[in-house]
Amino acid sequence: MLTKRIIPCLDVRNKKVTKGVKFQNNVVLGDAVEMAAKYYEDGCDELVFYDITASAERRPIDIEMVRAVARAIHIPFAVGGGISNLADMSRVLLAGAEKISVNSLAVVNPQIIADGAKAFGSQCIVLGMDPVCVKDDPRFPSGYEITTRGFRERTGMDALAWARQAEDLGAGEIVVNSVDADGMKTGYELALTRMIAEAVRIPVVASGGAGKPSHLAEAFTLGKADAAIIAGMIHTGEYTIPRIKQELIAAGIPIRKKW
Amino acid sequence: MRKEARMIAIVDYKAGNLTSVKLAFEAIGAEAVVTDCPEVILQADRVVFPGVGAAGASMRHLSELKLIDVLRTVVAKGTPFLGICVGMQVLFDRSEEDGGTPTLGFIPGEVRLFKPSSSADKVPQIGWNAVKFRRPHPVFAGVEDETEFYFVHSYYPVAINPVDSVGMTDYAGVEFTSIVGRDNLVATQFHIEKSGRVGLKVFENFSRWGGQC
Repeated sequence: MLTKRIIPCLDVRNKKVTKGVKFQNNVVLGDAVEMAAKYYEDGCDELVFYDITASAERRPIDIEMVRAVARAIHIPFAVGGGISNLADMSRVLLAGAEKISVNSLAVVNPQIIADGAKAFGSQCIVLGMDPVCVKDDPRFPSGYEITTRGFRERTGMDALAWARQAEDLGAGEIVVNSVDADGMKTGYELALTRMIAEAVRIPVVASGGAGKPSHLAEAFTLGKADAAIIAGMIHTGEYTIPRIKQELIAAGIPIRKKW
Repeated sequence: MRKEARMIAIVDYKAGNLTSVKLAFEAIGAEAVVTDCPEVILQADRVVFPGVGAAGASMRHLSELKLIDVLRTVVAKGTPFLGICVGMQVLFDRSEEDGGTPTLGFIPGEVRLFKPSSSADKVPQIGWNAVKFRRPHPVFAGVEDETEFYFVHSYYPVAINPVDSVGMTDYAGVEFTSIVGRDNLVATQFHIEKSGRVGLKVFENFSRWGGQC
């Protein structure tokens, strides 16, 4: 049986992992490569790195860090931030990443999804989206609007329509990162995750709001997610990956047991 | 012993990114070169045949690089040979991909598209799934039954002879051959290079394997 993936997310600036609430007030938590190696040893199923200041500082992604991660861990990892074209994607993949996550770039230039999928395969192209809840606005039938640049900009795009468009363009996976739940540790936004998961045929990754193992169980059952991103709950040492897996297995969720 | 005699050749036929395969062999201290050169592949002590992408494009690239006969020779002379993902799929007779593609025909069987009846089964299959071993194989020595490996694929192999199936995996309502083995040839549908420590263990076993099973 295909197992549900647990994916630690590392927000990186200057090779250090940071964590904020609603994309703000970031504090330094540790060295990115060391933390990746630790989570790998602990049995995480995949990792994702966001070079969070690359876009704002208009510099390319830290390719040396990607290389160091690829030497340290031998499971899939995705990289996002600081990617602006196919050449950037190619550099990241050749450095050893399995996937590229595009978010704001794809909103500005949706064709990058199709171009990336054609050049490297759909399995390499992950669409990250940051939807925010907007009630009773006829422009957003799903009830969610896509934001970009760390919630700073609204796009006028409906979340569900964007998910379907990204699938049609050739995205291999969609990470649904709830702006409202991000960093709150009160659980994933299940209705949003489920709505997207039921609307597309590609895997959907729940993101934003994980605070305890039962939140992941909810994302996999009620939220119909194929994978779940975690950050604060393990970065702070509050939970370990083996403990999260143990609780999910006890809850009857299919989880990778041997690593 | 000549240096080449210990060498592992990773066949580069424009079928995807080989960085992870190379880094995994580096991690276990094995000497591996990424190459599309027929002479190097023919002289290699072991051959790794990876690949992501479509069967049709893979066969076209192999043909353009004049590697089809090279692979045939390597397999026929008993060189330990390890196929991965599309590098497994093209070992069979044909694939449904790209409107039907004749492939290498080293192992009797064909490759079919997942057609799930439930919308919960996404295509491609992406993630970790368990392998149920049908029989022991030296390249999988020390790997427990039901160990999970990392898969990314939309098509799955169907081996005609049950004896060729070393391991099986369930997805989207089918049980497919996830490890195939015949003489000096072994191949996996999953990505050994992205399957963590257990994947490195498989590469270690392969780097010591003499090609018998």
